[in-house]
Amino acid sequence: MDAKKVNGSGNESKGSNEWRVKVGLAEMLKGGVIMDVTNAEQAKIAEKAGACAVMALERVPSDIRKEGGVARMASIKVIREIMATVTIPVMAKVRIGHFVEADVLQALEVDFIDESEVLTPADEENHIWKHDYRVPFVCGARNLGEALRRIAEGAAMIRTKGEAGSGNVVEAVRHMRTIVSQMKKLTTMRDDELMREAKELGAPLELIRQIAKTGKLPVPNFSAGGIATPADAALVRKLGAEAVFVGSGIFKSSDPETRAKAVVKATTHFEDPKIVLEAHEELGEAMKGLDVRQMEEKDMLSTRGW
Amino acid sequence: MKIGILAVQGDFEAHAAMLEQLGVETAEVRTPADLDGCDGLILPGGESTTQLQFLQEEGLHEAILKFAEQGGAIFGTCAGAILLATEVKNPKQDSLKLLDMTVLRNAYGRQVASDVVSGPTRLKKGLLEMVFIRGPIIQRAGPGVEVLAEYAGKPALVQCGKIMAATFHPELTDDATVHEHFLQLASAGIPQELGSVKP
Repeated sequence: MDAKKVNGSGNESKGSNEWRVKVGLAEMLKGGVIMDVTNAEQAKIAEKAGACAVMALERVPSDIRKEGGVARMASIKVIREIMATVTIPVMAKVRIGHFVEADVLQALEVDFIDESEVLTPADEENHIWKHDYRVPFVCGARNLGEALRRIAEGAAMIRTKGEAGSGNVVEAVRHMRTIVSQMKKLTTMRDDELMREAKELGAPLELIRQIAKTGKLPVPNFSAGGIATPADAALVRKLGAEAVFVGSGIFKSSDPETRAKAVVKATTHFEDPKIVLEAHEELGEAMKGLDVRQMEEKDMLSTRGW
Repeated sequence: MKIGILAVQGDFEAHAAMLEQLGVETAEVRTPADLDGCDGLILPGGESTTQLQFLQEEGLHEAILKFAEQGGAIFGTCAGAILLATEVKNPKQDSLKLLDMTVLRNAYGRQVASDVVSGPTRLKKGLLEMVFIRGPIIQRAGPGVEVLAEYAGKPALVQCGKIMAATFHPELTDDATVHEHFLQLASAGIPQELGSVKP
């Protein structure tokens, strides 16, 4: 994707230098793997394995799912330790709509903020107005309308929501396929059909028109939520993901170091089955997965946010 | 002419978009075989620790050294510049050691310090726009290294023979000056004599 042609949504930060460096950092992460870590030791393992960034959080999604309770921004002490330990970018999560957690993470100078459905939402109506921040944001999306609403609010990167902590790639696949096919559809439409599509998707017309021309999101499009094996990572790459987030998949497996390396390898060489095979050769057991169809609506993380 | 772009991780697509705009054929380089037939190679921005891992494990390290030895032109931006340096600090890190300079990683600080600025250059009249993203600083440029652009009194774009490095991201601007300069280096083809090309 061509970052210099990237714009926001016709709002105040459109084309500004601040916007350019936010999307610029997202560009730098392409082709890589961003790994969830809960302490400095895991962060070091992730960096050594070739992660292009780490996501600092208190509990990985599968533990949040198991233990329940309110999931919040990670402890500052832990984030600081992680920032002091690795040289790659450090991301951290805030609850949907919790702009004060975002203020705090910006003051801490994390490199990227994930306004994440994995944490318990703080606001069920509103997401954060992300243009107000100098630190770039990534947000989850299940479809094109949701992706474009987040970009309009200032997200500099989109990731599929998938179903975090499930070890099941099915939702990430569904979301990536949906986003890509909705974009493809736009490119086939006449100008006079785009307003109706903007209405249907609930997305700003200007962004809809832009995608009708380019066929791509105006910010990098990554995948997350349920990716547990090198083949999972290569699969979402093949479907259009420009990079991959792996949450519970690494540190909930029997072999974090080997698996982390293998996922990094498969993400880069996703088009070469021989190398994806190599990546699988030495793997132990993957995390135990969940059948998403057996889950109740209230247990789904991906339905948080809109 | 064909320019390879290291595509193991980073903003390789932004470089490809810039080169395609200039009408140049590009190839994504993930294995040594992908370098075949390339006149030049771009090492893009991204995470140098990640990229380094791929260089070491896929035999690309040796292949790139051989490519340079045969007179292939190489241009590294940001992480790519770190990979080219003879010495990397903050922290110390292995590299290809193809350009005599000392580079400090993440020298401006974290992402909040990333910015778009401009600095003087020998490549054109007026200032060159420079996008710095968690950029490095060239602390020392060796005696044979030519400084083509500066920012805040530090070398930001340097060249030695057919090897070029920028601490910023010309691929994230609309200005093709730096890429055009690199294409001139690469268009000289792969000469018999080594490292003798001066602009």
